[in-house]
Amino acid sequence: MSAFVMPSLGADMEAGTLVEWLKRPGDRVERGDVVAVVDTQKGAIEIEIFEAGVLDRILVQPGEKVPVGTAMATLRSNGAAQEPEPAPPQPPPEAPPEPERPPPEPPPEVPPPEVPPEITPPPEQPPVEVPEPEAKGGVRVRISPAARRRAAALSLDLARLRGTGPEGAVTLADIEAAAVARVSAPPSGRAPGVGFDPAAMRRAIAAAMARSKREIPHYYLTQTVDLRRALTWLEAANRDRPPTERLLPAALFVKATARALRKVPELNGFWEKDAFRPGAGIHIGWAIALRGGGLIAPAIHDADRKSLAELMAALRDLVQRARTGGLKSSELTDPTITVTSLGERGAETVIGIIYPPQVAIVGFGRIVEHPWAVDGALAVRPVVSLSLAADHRASDGHRGGLLLAEIERLLQKPEAL
Amino acid sequence: MTPVRITYRECCRQAIREAILTDPRVFLMGEDVGRYGGCYAVTKGLLEELGEDRIRDTPLSESAFVGAGIGAAMAGMRPIVEIMTCNFSLLALDQILNNAATIPHMSGGQFAVPLVIRMATGAGRQLAAQHSHSLEGWYAHIPGIKVLAPATLEDARHMLKAALADPNPVLIFEHMVLYNMEGELDPTIEAVDIASAKVRRRGQDITLVTYGGSLFKTLDAAAALAQDGIEAEVIDLRSLRPLDVATVVASVAKTRRVVIVDEGWKSGSISAEIGMRIVEEAFFELDAPIGRVCSAEVPMPYAAHLEQAALPQPATIAAAARSLVGPA
Repeated sequence: MSAFVMPSLGADMEAGTLVEWLKRPGDRVERGDVVAVVDTQKGAIEIEIFEAGVLDRILVQPGEKVPVGTAMATLRSNGAAQEPEPAPPQPPPEAPPEPERPPPEPPPEVPPPEVPPEITPPPEQPPVEVPEPEAKGGVRVRISPAARRRAAALSLDLARLRGTGPEGAVTLADIEAAAVARVSAPPSGRAPGVGFDPAAMRRAIAAAMARSKREIPHYYLTQTVDLRRALTWLEAANRDRPPTERLLPAALFVKATARALRKVPELNGFWEKDAFRPGAGIHIGWAIALRGGGLIAPAIHDADRKSLAELMAALRDLVQRARTGGLKSSELTDPTITVTSLGERGAETVIGIIYPPQVAIVGFGRIVEHPWAVDGALAVRPVVSLSLAADHRASDGHRGGLLLAEIERLLQKPEAL
Repeated sequence: MTPVRITYRECCRQAIREAILTDPRVFLMGEDVGRYGGCYAVTKGLLEELGEDRIRDTPLSESAFVGAGIGAAMAGMRPIVEIMTCNFSLLALDQILNNAATIPHMSGGQFAVPLVIRMATGAGRQLAAQHSHSLEGWYAHIPGIKVLAPATLEDARHMLKAALADPNPVLIFEHMVLYNMEGELDPTIEAVDIASAKVRRRGQDITLVTYGGSLFKTLDAAAALAQDGIEAEVIDLRSLRPLDVATVVASVAKTRRVVIVDEGWKSGSISAEIGMRIVEEAFFELDAPIGRVCSAEVPMPYAAHLEQAALPQPATIAAAARSLVGPA
C-alpha cells in the first residue's frame, strides 16, 4: 500500500486543488498514467502516477485544495489484497464523475475543510509525509483576520484572492468583492475555482523570478550566430512538407541546444542543497507566452534524441496544450534547462532569468539581417543573437562559452541535426 | 444657560476651588501652589481667597509631601497633592507605588487612601529631556490606583470631584499644552464619570484611540482624513486605569482598523497595552494591522523643530491611518 500524493509542480507550489479523478477505485494504473487533474497557479495540470498498482481509496474529493504532499489516494501494489475498511465501516467513497462531465458544485454551506483529513497509515508502513501547512515563509496568503473569517464563511479559496490592503493584504472588502464576482460569474464548465487565473500565475512567476534573482548568481554570455546555412537548409526541407508539418527555426534551436548540452552536461540539471544534480535526461523547458499574460515552460522530454519532425510536433502540441490546459505534471517538473526563443515579433536579444532550481536558460532573439564579415568582405546575413544566463554556483563562464560555441557549430550543420 | 468661554487652566482652578469650598476635608498642597500661584498658574489667587490651611506650600521634597498626603488621606482628609510635573513624581514613586497603591490592600481594607495627585505631563514647550516626559502610561501599570487624563474642558472641570469621591488614590495627568486651551464649557453638565472612554468624533472607516494632549492633534488628523473621504472615529480614553476596553473594541468591531496615538514612547507603553487588548478581544474583527503613532524613542530634544518632529503630529497620525485604509 502506498499513497498517491499531491505533487509539487515547481518550487513555488504550496498547494493544489483537485479538479477531477480520471481513475476510479479499483482501476489498474501503470507508471505514467494520468490519474487526476489538479488546478495550480499554472492552470489545470494532468497528474501522472509513478507507480503501477490498483487505485484503492480516494481521499481527496474534487474541489478540495490540499497542500503539496497530502495523500490524495491510496494505491495497492498489484496482487495485494484490498485494504480492510477501518472500523466503524465507512461508506465507500463516491464514484468520481465522468471525466467528460463537470463535477457538480459542492453545496456552499459545506465549505471544504481547511486542513486535509489526517491519514493514519497502517503501522508497518512509513508515515505519509505531510508538510507542515504554511511552514515555508513568503507564500502564506497575507489576509486580515476579519477577511479570513469572512472567506471561510463564504467558502472562498484564499489562494485566488488579490489583496488591496496594507502591504497587499487581502481585506474584508476584497472578500466581499470576490464573493460578488463569484455570484455574477458565468457558470463554469469545470469544478469551482478552476481555470487559468492570470493573477495567480503572475504571483507564481513573481515568486520564482524574485527567488532566482535573490539566490542565483547569474553570469551572462551572448554570441551572434550566422543562420544562412540553417535557413537555406530549412527552406529546402520544408519544400515538400505540407504546411502543418513545416519546420520552424525553433526546432533547430531546441535540437542544437539539446545536442550541445551533451557536451556541457553541467548546464543541464539542478542546483539543490548546495550541489549540482545533473538532469536524468535532456528535457528542454520551452518558454511559451500565454495569451492572457503569463509564461510557462513545459518540458520536451529527451529533446536530444528526437528528430526535428518530432520536435516540431512536440512544440506545436505543447503550445496548444499550454494555452488550452492539459499539460502533464511531468512536463512541469522535468525540465532540466529552459530555452526561450522570441520568434519573429520578438526583440533582437533576450537575456533570461534562470527558473530555479535549473541552472541555465538559453535565449534566442529575433532572426534579423545584419552586415556580416565573410572572408574579409561584408555580406548581409540572417543572424540570431544567442544568449546564456547560467548559475555561477554550478558552472563557470568558460563552460558556458563552450555551450554557445557548440550550439553555433551545430547550427552550421543543420542537415546533421 | 449659555456656554461660557473658559480656559483649561481656569477649569482646573474652579474644580479645586469648588472642592475646597464644598468639603471641609479637602485641601491642596504642593510646591509653589500658594504664594507663587502654581507653576502653571492654576492656583493663582486661591491662597488669598481660601487661606493657608487649605492652600499649602510645601518644601521641595516630593517624597515627603506625597507621603504626608497619603497619611492625611488615611486619617480621613481628602488631600489634593500637586506635583509640579510628572517628571518630579519619580521622587515620590515609592510613596505612590509602595504606599498609596498598597495600603488599602495590605491593611485588609482598614485604611482607604482617598488621595488625589495632580500633575502636569507631556512635552511641546521646549522644556527639554528632563521636563517633557509622559509617564502616565507607567502609572497605569500599577493596580490599586486610578490614572486619569482629562483632555477636554469638561473633564478638566469635573474629573477632580469624581476623583475625590473615589476611595482609591487617583492620579490626574494634565497635559501642559492644554492649560492655555480656550473653549466653551456647557454649564448644564455638573459631573462626569472617571471610568469610561468617550467617542469624540464618529466615523466608520478607522478608529483613532488617544487621550490627553494628543486628542486635539488626533481630531485635526481626523478632519484632514475626512477631506480624503476617510471618516475616522476618535476615542478619548480619559482613564488609563481602568481602561475602557469595551468602548475601543466596539469601535474597532465597526471600523476594523485602529491607530493608537500616544505621546509616550512605544516600547512597553500604554499604547502597547491597548494594542494587545484589541488583539486579545477583537482579533477576528481586524482587517488591517494595528497602527501606532508615538513619540520618537529619544530623550525629548530641546530645539523646537526637533521636539515637534519627535512628537505625534496631525500629519503623522493621518499618514498612519491612510496606510491602513485601502483604496475606496
